[in-house]
Amino acid sequence: MSSLPSKAKCVVIGAGIVGNSMVYHLARLGWTDIVQIDKGPLPNPGGSTGHASNFIFLVDHNKEMAQLTLDSLRQYIELDTFFESGGIEVARTAERMQELNRRVTSGKSWGVDGMAILTPDEVKGMVPFIDESVILGGFYTKGVGVCDSLRAGTLMREKAIEMGALQSFANVEVKDLTVEDGHIKAVVTDQGTIEADYVVIATGCWSRQLAAMAGANIPLTPAVHQMKDIGPVAMFADAKGDLEYPIVRDMDTNMYERQHGTGLEIGSYAHRPILYDAEEIPSNAEAALSPTEFPFTPDDFADQDEHALELMPEIVGDEGAQEKYAINGLLSLTPDGMPILGETPEVKGLWSAAAVWVKEGPGVGRALAEWMVLGEPEIDLHASDIARFYPEQTTTKHIKDRANEGFNKTYGIVHPAEQWSSNRGVRKSPYYDREADLGAVFYETVLWERPFWYASNAGLVEKYGDAVMPRTAEWESRWWSPIINAEHLQMRETAGLVDLTAFALFDITGPGALATVQGVCMRQMDVAVGKVVYTPVLLPSGGWRSDLTVMRLGEDHFRVVTGGAHGMSDFKWFKDHAAEGATFTNLTDDISTLGVWGPNARAIVSAVTDADMSNEGFPFGTCREITIAGKSVLASRISYVGDLGWELYVSMADGPAVWDAIWAAGQEHGLIPVGIGVYGTTGRLEKAYRAYGPELEGDFNVIEAGMATKKVKDADFVGKESYLRHREEEPAATLCVLTVDDHTSSTGEKRYMMGGEPILTLEGESIVDPHGRISYVTSAGSAPSVGKHILMTYLPAEYSTPGTKLAVEYLGEQYPVTVTGSGALFDPNNERILS
Amino acid sequence: MDIAVCIKRVPLSPGRWTLTADGTEIDTSSSAMGWTLSPHEECATEAAVQLKETDGGTVTAFTLGTPESSEQIRELMAVGVDRGVLLETDGAEWDAQATAAALAEAIRADETDFSAVILGTESADVSGYQVGVRLAHALGWPIVTNVKGLSVSNGVARCERVVGSEREVYEVSLPAVIAVKDGVNIPRYPSVPGRIKARKKPIDTANPTRSDPRVEKVSLALPPQEAGTAEIIGNGPDAAPRVVEILKEIGVLA
Repeated sequence: MSSLPSKAKCVVIGAGIVGNSMVYHLARLGWTDIVQIDKGPLPNPGGSTGHASNFIFLVDHNKEMAQLTLDSLRQYIELDTFFESGGIEVARTAERMQELNRRVTSGKSWGVDGMAILTPDEVKGMVPFIDESVILGGFYTKGVGVCDSLRAGTLMREKAIEMGALQSFANVEVKDLTVEDGHIKAVVTDQGTIEADYVVIATGCWSRQLAAMAGANIPLTPAVHQMKDIGPVAMFADAKGDLEYPIVRDMDTNMYERQHGTGLEIGSYAHRPILYDAEEIPSNAEAALSPTEFPFTPDDFADQDEHALELMPEIVGDEGAQEKYAINGLLSLTPDGMPILGETPEVKGLWSAAAVWVKEGPGVGRALAEWMVLGEPEIDLHASDIARFYPEQTTTKHIKDRANEGFNKTYGIVHPAEQWSSNRGVRKSPYYDREADLGAVFYETVLWERPFWYASNAGLVEKYGDAVMPRTAEWESRWWSPIINAEHLQMRETAGLVDLTAFALFDITGPGALATVQGVCMRQMDVAVGKVVYTPVLLPSGGWRSDLTVMRLGEDHFRVVTGGAHGMSDFKWFKDHAAEGATFTNLTDDISTLGVWGPNARAIVSAVTDADMSNEGFPFGTCREITIAGKSVLASRISYVGDLGWELYVSMADGPAVWDAIWAAGQEHGLIPVGIGVYGTTGRLEKAYRAYGPELEGDFNVIEAGMATKKVKDADFVGKESYLRHREEEPAATLCVLTVDDHTSSTGEKRYMMGGEPILTLEGESIVDPHGRISYVTSAGSAPSVGKHILMTYLPAEYSTPGTKLAVEYLGEQYPVTVTGSGALFDPNNERILS
Repeated sequence: MDIAVCIKRVPLSPGRWTLTADGTEIDTSSSAMGWTLSPHEECATEAAVQLKETDGGTVTAFTLGTPESSEQIRELMAVGVDRGVLLETDGAEWDAQATAAALAEAIRADETDFSAVILGTESADVSGYQVGVRLAHALGWPIVTNVKGLSVSNGVARCERVVGSEREVYEVSLPAVIAVKDGVNIPRYPSVPGRIKARKKPIDTANPTRSDPRVEKVSLALPPQEAGTAEIIGNGPDAAPRVVEILKEIGVLA
């Protein structure tokens, strides 16, 4: 074997499924000087890939994960390393049957074919060794099967070598990663140092340890997944293949069972969470099996033995079917259950390809390689972006708390609005105590505690009666309150005070400030000082990178305000595209934000400040410093809820005095506290305001979102070329607002969609646009002022005409909907905002 | 017939051993460290369970060790042991004499009148070859060691030993102690029903007093690492000629 080169364009650390996919796709996209190293031997270096169960189920409620999985499946099939067996998720409870129906709808939204809900007898027909009396039914997906991840990885690695793009070295251990001026410089190994422009960490369980060598943080933890193989199984004695029956997931017990030749593999996510640190993983030399195969702890599998016996008594109850192989296998868990992908915010050129399971490995390899080589991936990775984390989310405590809490939800019925219960109360706005006194129900966003609604407003539910659109079904009532809609209606009548402290805020200053914001933002940033501009931020392809507001506070001073959830990746995006002479200051932890909106907002704010708050004196889209209660406040006249009012930015320390003054002045004007339930859903939906993530993401462009400007500025900006081209094309789909015509289910109960459901033709067919994108509900929620439940979706031209009748599938039933257009159902002429 | 087996909890052999800083113990602090028992003892248990399955009776597993040693009893219960007796220690080293004395006392005191004690000819960690002999002496029973074949009929155990290429056959009247070697049988693995039953089986605990040690461990030393080298002989079908050559070299192929 030749010795390590001293230089390379890119070093990929790790030769599991992820590292192997990375080197192949980097080579395919034209990089020619790639070095891959792994501390273990090939083809199985001893990481999680080596003991993976390798099966691939296709449906995930999360679009990004579903897309990565489907792309991976295509790649495994192309490499001839996939065997399709079909798979069945079985339900033991009525709640799970509902969840299986929900999984069908998610599958339809993301383009999964061959799905069916089965009766217990139909399950038995496909899996004869199951005891159908313990289940209520199943969810079958034809395309489920098993890949050979080691073989696929080997083939991809060999292809990259054949292309002359890759040198791959086994048994090379990384000792250090060196950084110079914030950029990765070299990989120091036990066999020499390799200087590199790019380094990819694709080392699974070990990733956090490696990143730390460069001063970066990949927040994941190794965790145990238990599995065992029993056999020989009498029924499989004549098995001709490895897998002749569909794989079964026993969802309610967090387990799976699959034939494995003449054996049966039983795996579990049901046991107590067992977490380790990377330092505790033995070396290849020290390990009894592979480093990531820890000794099986049978006590942790006690319930699982019983559950497997219940479901498959004929096989599992046979004393002759013995435990041939049983391990506590290590895999990676993250605080939010998503992978950790992208360039680390701490070190330029250092990329993370971590917390990736076999089912999404090749898809991640392709997407990340595209991101590195082309500047953006075809699959939008915003939910996996490593830059999403705030420092509070990368602590060992947070990682372990959330991994402990999340592990047993692997097959869980997780409500879209479900909240974490561990490690709460970490980030509190200065108004937290006041909100708690008002009975705030706190939800969490990037560890900020945010009031979602207030118990103090409970009386309003009676006041507004049926206008709050009460819900009876448990699923839609969970993590929801009619108080949200009551707060909405009261705000529209008088005024609401909203805590928006979770916003991310950063300043861009200096001689390069204007050039920076001009180069990143689609809209004209060279505006008068004191202007507030809401602007799209585009990817090179013209897809959405973000949407945010920019205030010009001085000739060389801009303040960006963006959503908390993706604020840190926006911050990185601006810094990555900074012009010479731009200085960045993150103000997120220094400045709090309050919103005051409603017909009485002007009267309330005017009562606490001497500033001219009149429409003429303080027009919409402007900002200025005012004084409230002796404190300096930056007021910005914008609105995301569709009413007159201001966002007020004030230092954390001065915030309480400002709240108190507004609160006191507001009493005679009917001011109420209003939660994020209104701000994030009801207020925005009836104004048809799009949100980054649901509506605005890389898959869609500005024209499709219906947000093109009349003119395009002269200055260059990221995505401009694409934007100009999109303006000349007919959009393949446009964002539409739909209302539900009849909410009544077959059992006579009113049901309310939550988002993510497929939009269908009246014949029940999926709607696919010319780019192959399927229409699904991007956002859903109440529009209390118009008495409707609103759905947003992208529709191709033939279906987007107002008045078009379509259907939405929700939990296995179809409901009639009508296209209303693409604009606001409430106050379409913005008379309120501009009043 | 009722049989006692004696087993010992030992660290599961990893790829590479490490010692504690003072060099007196194997370092078992790693979370990846597993625990097991000697292969000879797995065979002893299998022999006892097979005799129970043929002739009826019970199998009781005795072990001297820390409370965690009950994990090894539980493993054996999953393959047919009916009851466990844990002679609990605080983890201090017991020499062979003290161990045998404690086992003998527990076996004598037990409510079951055992017809045989089957154990491994040596432990996996110390390899002292002593406990069986000392136990037999303490019980006043005959012993056959290094047994590679075992059957019982009419109260007589027929024990086979392998000596070079020859076999020695002993017939010994029960009660007796029989120390078996790896290979006397192929031990079964647990089944799921075995695991489930094991969780409900009883383990009794006793607290024996350690007699003054007559053998004391001074220190451990790791053997020098053998520098193994691997030859990559090729990839896929290209490797076939070299495989044939190697098979010839080692005499598998003519």
